[in-house]
Amino acid sequence: MSYLDNILFAIVLIAGFGFFALSVKKIIRNINLGVDVDRKDNPKARWANMAMIALGQSKMVKRPVAGILHIFVYVGFVIINIELLEIIIDGLFGTHRIFAPYLGGVYDVLIASFEILAILVIFAVTVFWIRRNLVRLNRFIHSDLTGFPKSDANYILYFETVLMILFLLMNASDLHLQNVPGGVFHKAGSFPISQFIAPVFNGMSNELVVLLFEAFWWLHIVGILIFMNYLYFSKHLHILLAFPNTYFANLKPEGQFDNLASVTKEVKLMMDPNADPFAAAPADENAVPAKFGASDVQDLNWVQLLNAYTCTECGRCTSSCPANQTGKKLSPRKIMMDTRDRLQEVGKNIDANKGVFVPDNKTLLNDYITPEELWACTSCNACVEECPVNISPLSIIMDMRRYLVMEQSAAPMSLNAMMTNIENNGAPWQYSQQDRLNWKNEN
Amino acid sequence: MSESLVVPTMAEMLAEGKQPEVLFWVGCAGSFDDRAKKITKAFVRILNRTNVSFAVLGAEESCTGDPAKRAGNEFLFQMQAMMNIEVLNAYEAKKIVTACPHCFNTLKNEYPELGGNYEVIHHTEFLKLLIDDGRLAVEGGQFKGKKITFHDPCYLGRANKVYEAPRDLIQKLDVELVEMKRSKANGLCCGAGGAQMFKDAEPGNKEVNIERTEDALETQPDIIAAGCPFCNTMLTDGIKNKEKEGQVKVMDIAELIANAQDL
Repeated sequence: MSYLDNILFAIVLIAGFGFFALSVKKIIRNINLGVDVDRKDNPKARWANMAMIALGQSKMVKRPVAGILHIFVYVGFVIINIELLEIIIDGLFGTHRIFAPYLGGVYDVLIASFEILAILVIFAVTVFWIRRNLVRLNRFIHSDLTGFPKSDANYILYFETVLMILFLLMNASDLHLQNVPGGVFHKAGSFPISQFIAPVFNGMSNELVVLLFEAFWWLHIVGILIFMNYLYFSKHLHILLAFPNTYFANLKPEGQFDNLASVTKEVKLMMDPNADPFAAAPADENAVPAKFGASDVQDLNWVQLLNAYTCTECGRCTSSCPANQTGKKLSPRKIMMDTRDRLQEVGKNIDANKGVFVPDNKTLLNDYITPEELWACTSCNACVEECPVNISPLSIIMDMRRYLVMEQSAAPMSLNAMMTNIENNGAPWQYSQQDRLNWKNEN
Repeated sequence: MSESLVVPTMAEMLAEGKQPEVLFWVGCAGSFDDRAKKITKAFVRILNRTNVSFAVLGAEESCTGDPAKRAGNEFLFQMQAMMNIEVLNAYEAKKIVTACPHCFNTLKNEYPELGGNYEVIHHTEFLKLLIDDGRLAVEGGQFKGKKITFHDPCYLGRANKVYEAPRDLIQKLDVELVEMKRSKANGLCCGAGGAQMFKDAEPGNKEVNIERTEDALETQPDIIAAGCPFCNTMLTDGIKNKEKEGQVKVMDIAELIANAQDL
């Protein structure tokens, strides 16, 4: 009978990680719907970026209040998860604080630091909630953050608070049971925070406190497993994806936009005096005519799709966007959210149709992102610079503009005029190329 | 001001069997826009004064393709790029200086993959080098003691991380350099980039150049320094909109340097 607990725990654990593995598989499959782009060059710079930006949070602290509070939560979760290892082993083998005898004094330091971090997490999360719901910072009450994304942000804060409170209650009841006459639990750990909670158990029977301890223990670990599985449905995926996202991020200067290789081929052919314009195209049964630019998620590259899953909707991009600040519809955050929402929709379509995408008469362009948004961008790179995890909304905007112009000839009239001028006379205005040096003799 | 500019073309240089130290890429704005032409001439006056051996492409220069690329027309961009690269390579151009951050970015970053490999520098970096090499001496002159704020062009600053050269030059003028609340990596766009210069803005509640002009005016400057002909236009329009053209001037850094030396 006494193994029932352990078996139940093993089942819960396997289910929790199993469902999570399925979600991860789906995310990887969806990201791979994007076209290929080589981001394996220069691993040294990539590891350095990941260490600095994801692990070191270097871009978060550019806004110091949010940055430092975020570090509390981030360090808290990373460090407190070390405790998770012990919890899992205890759960599986019916032990209690199995690491304590092996670590001695170090164990006390560890438990004490977990407790201090837990209280810092609760503090930071509370301030986050206040900033979001009472102070109502602009980027948190923005029009592209309504409905689920708004609730999602709060759910995450509630989840974290509850988990930390359960962790502290678990420790407090444990401490109480260590200190009762006769000692139900062996002495282990140092409890700088929960020692102040422990007195609430005074006067309760040992049996009741043991029951409470087990309840806190179970709720805490099950809560963590639920939270882990919630990630897939939430913006909170960034806690995992920030790492690959910063690794695979663009290393080139922000001003350098990629040159479409398919276009290079055609332009070279056009400019080659020896090319035979009437030559039949080389026969390739499987050749798909190149599509220029992006109208849907499958046209974007996999790093852009990874970007979409990584975005945690903090809105720093949108708050720094010149178009958004002056009342235009463009919001770089919405570009990322739309891309992810559409990618999820395409993924569900594939799931529902036995692994094949069945056209649904919808596209990222128009059904999610309108040309008006795309044309408002000044390509100033403020959004790219701001993103704490190196997401590039700009690259998606540019790829969609390419589709509008090269596949649909749907540029605004004035831009068409500008481009006609470049074609005709090599300048965006109607001046003859022969007059380019006239300034030399003008006064 | 005497206007006896010496502006050799690459063709003339080649005819004499000479290769200039640097090719000055004038750009479309610098060639045709009335305001920007003044910047071009100011820069040439400095080049002439310092005896820098340079040449321009003249009628052989064509748009780099930047606005076409940013508007989404990759075809037109690459056509322009390939044609320009043919010309530049035919003259065996090695080093290019330009007063336009958009040309600068495109030539520097987007041409190499298409076969155009040059050392490309912005004119503020070039002027800084002339000073560092002792070829150009700069004093404050008429600007001494004035309050100047610098607007970072997106394609010079964020896009290519050139923040210090223009500021170093301004500081050589014995002036008070004041920073706007948003500057360097946090600088706000003037509103012209991404081909916006050539179209009307989408519906909104304000023009970007007005927002940026307000940033600049907050510093109560005598002069707003720019390093891009398009930023210059946008900020000049902003100043006119605010009816401040009597008090505040928008000037390119090349103009500041040239005018300070009474060139």
